Amino acid sequence: MEITLRDIRKYYGLVRANEGISMTVRPGTVHGILGENGAGKSTLMKVLSGYTPRTGGDILADGRPVDFRAPEDAARLGIGMLYQDPLDFPRLTVLENFMLGQSRGLFLSRARYRARLRELCDYLGFSLVPEAPVRRLTVGERQQLEILRLIALGTRVLILDEPTTGISSDQKEALFRALKTLTAEGKSVLLVSHKLEDVELLCDRITVLRGGQMTGEMDAPFDTRAVLSMMFGAPPGIPPRSRVTPGRPVLAFRNVSAPGGRTGLISCDVTIHAGERVGLAGLEGSGQGVFLRVAAGLTRPGQGTVTLNEMPMTGRDYHAFRRKGVCFLPTDRLAEGLVPGLTITEHFALRDRRHPFLVKWTAAFLKAQDRIRDFRVKGTPDARVEALSGGNQQRLLLSFLPRNPSLLLLENPTRGLDLASAHWVWEHLQGYGGHDPEMAIIFSSPELDEILMAADRVLVFFDGRIVRDVRTDETGVAELGRAIAGDTGSIRHAFPGHRRPVI
Amino acid sequence: MTLLIRYGRYLLLGILAAFAFTTLILLFAGAPPLAAYLHLFKGAFGSWNKFAHVLNAWIPLTLCACGLLYTFRIGLWNIGVEGQMMLGAVLTTLVLRFSAAEQFPLLFLVLAFLGGLAGGALWALLAGFLKTKGGVNEIFAGLGLNFVAQGLLLWLIFGPWKRPGIASMSGTELFSRELWLPVLRPFRLSPVGLTLAVLAVIVTALLLRYTRVGLSLRAIGGNPRATRLFGLRPGLYMLLAMSFAGGFAGLAGSVQVTGIYHRLIPAISSNYGYLALLVVMLAGYRVWLTPAVALFFAALNVGSIQLPMMLRIDSSLSGVIQGALVLATLAVHAWHMRRQEREMNR
Repeated sequence: MEITLRDIRKYYGLVRANEGISMTVRPGTVHGILGENGAGKSTLMKVLSGYTPRTGGDILADGRPVDFRAPEDAARLGIGMLYQDPLDFPRLTVLENFMLGQSRGLFLSRARYRARLRELCDYLGFSLVPEAPVRRLTVGERQQLEILRLIALGTRVLILDEPTTGISSDQKEALFRALKTLTAEGKSVLLVSHKLEDVELLCDRITVLRGGQMTGEMDAPFDTRAVLSMMFGAPPGIPPRSRVTPGRPVLAFRNVSAPGGRTGLISCDVTIHAGERVGLAGLEGSGQGVFLRVAAGLTRPGQGTVTLNEMPMTGRDYHAFRRKGVCFLPTDRLAEGLVPGLTITEHFALRDRRHPFLVKWTAAFLKAQDRIRDFRVKGTPDARVEALSGGNQQRLLLSFLPRNPSLLLLENPTRGLDLASAHWVWEHLQGYGGHDPEMAIIFSSPELDEILMAADRVLVFFDGRIVRDVRTDETGVAELGRAIAGDTGSIRHAFPGHRRPVI
Repeated sequence: MTLLIRYGRYLLLGILAAFAFTTLILLFAGAPPLAAYLHLFKGAFGSWNKFAHVLNAWIPLTLCACGLLYTFRIGLWNIGVEGQMMLGAVLTTLVLRFSAAEQFPLLFLVLAFLGGLAGGALWALLAGFLKTKGGVNEIFAGLGLNFVAQGLLLWLIFGPWKRPGIASMSGTELFSRELWLPVLRPFRLSPVGLTLAVLAVIVTALLLRYTRVGLSLRAIGGNPRATRLFGLRPGLYMLLAMSFAGGFAGLAGSVQVTGIYHRLIPAISSNYGYLALLVVMLAGYRVWLTPAVALFFAALNVGSIQLPMMLRIDSSLSGVIQGALVLATLAVHAWHMRRQEREMNR
């Protein structure tokens, strides 16, 4: 089936998520949709899968205009979408999930569906155990299950939203092979991604979006440079890392243990100095989040002492830390950092403390307008924060930071951001450090490259403990990677404070 | 303002739906619907005297509803508003029972109102502390405290404060005339209560719109975790909102004691607290609609009083209308929101 989009528009209130997008997806091809976060890819796919109604434009299937009111309408036409987080039922088994939406009538014929599941598994080269409960499956396996289900439902146009995020390389290979099999029999695949590597491996044609608009189309083979410039305007460079000699201690943990997360934080001993930029590495949930929250005063340590600028802070609350110049930016912006339902202006009004009792609405509006311009947030002062894209929410959060904090705590500051936005964030933070050698930054990141690029010291967390504490120019991806996996190499490194032995 | 008008449209549709539903019930019960509505209307607006009764019901309803606006803003269901009103009434009575009260009626009336405010606020703070410190859901805390308040009320009326000689369901002894709130002759309407209720609406509207408190309450209602990063203390604001709600409810209790019954009676709250929850929901949590909806509800309550006499219909008809109205309006509102969303996407 050939899908043609003609001048698709989608507005969320004042935000123009899609503006005049036209493209054709030919049968038997993999068509890539590329763009940074907030470029409008996901919105476009939601429109195409019937998940959200469009504001304007036409969708044509084999030349006939179609109109979707709900995902069922799109599904009936043979358009199926695999969401980033698969929509399945964790309590049911693989087979039960597979049968959902397919079986008709009162009685379920498990045997028939088991055979069908097996047949499809073999065809696409997946290996799934029908009786396994879905909650035990990895993201990659859940994805496979969802693909099988969509194909069994008669999907002819398969939409995949960032399918290679969070799956193993074996699963990625299996996925790509399966997609090739599907296109070989005339089905088409729409692949939404911001990873150039995936696109180059798989796609026959790409459409690039930026800021809700189409910036270009290209057939394979792709010219990386040209694609990058379509995605970002100018290709991003890596911001230089400034060198500062560490000054007085800003934050000191002495034998700190605290509950929280999967592992908690166990016997943590570390001192952070003014001017330092410290990256927290480790598998997600190995104690970095707890570390940051203890340092921010949001979580009280079960034992040990916390010192801030040489003042004991153990047992004080977040507000006391805040007065000492500690600033915390959480990773889950809408859940922890912003207030859904409030506009950008109202957020600034909330922060404005000059008048103890009254809200200065005009001042807040002007300030919002100012910061929106300075921080290049795509949105108006009257826009509600939940209508902003992830990158714009992060820019907004950064614009709340005070001018001269003494300690900046960032939890995974570039999560969900595309290269250009991430680059912008680091450029902005670097500006901070450059202005004020008295300030320390601590950030966590799942990307070692980011830590090596942006930090001058790295703490590696494993099962709630700091297992490695080293300067970034004295280490590399391989060594840190081993530490993250729990291989500390030398026992000495498990005790921060001891210098690295000089060999 | 345009939003207010738009919401007013849902309200009108809700009213139509509710009356259609009530008409069906009346037909089913074999009563003439038109006559019933006519009597309902006449019962509320048939004379100035009747309208004064409506206003007398409007005053406590509006006071409670204004208080609830604060708790709803911060996302709390202050169902304990009934008990808070009762405690306000209890403390008002306590103040007026001092023997010196008759010599300095004005002073003691002022003290009595302050007592009512404090009583309601403290009772609400109790629920607030249970919520913020004890982790008890405010709905259960409020409901539990309502029963405790009712028990306290009955104990006082049948125990320490019983009338000389006999304890009776009709309440404590009447206060002397000097301690009655002055009324507008020939109606039994107290200008003090009326002024309090109007002031409550104005103060609430200004506070919610133009002050940091109003904005902070809404922000915390939206996302308590994030507001900590903005330097706010959600727990503190919850207590503040609760004490505001309790304070207004307590004042309502004071008005009932000093202006209507001139004594403490077991049913001093007259369920105005629960009714106020419906009023605020029906008003869509909007300040300016709240007094209007409260007036409508008060009119229904007062108007239905003469239904049993005139048509042998139980006066609970007003409750049926009120309940159906809230449900219908919420349904209409939800339906409109969905349609609007669809239209906006088109």
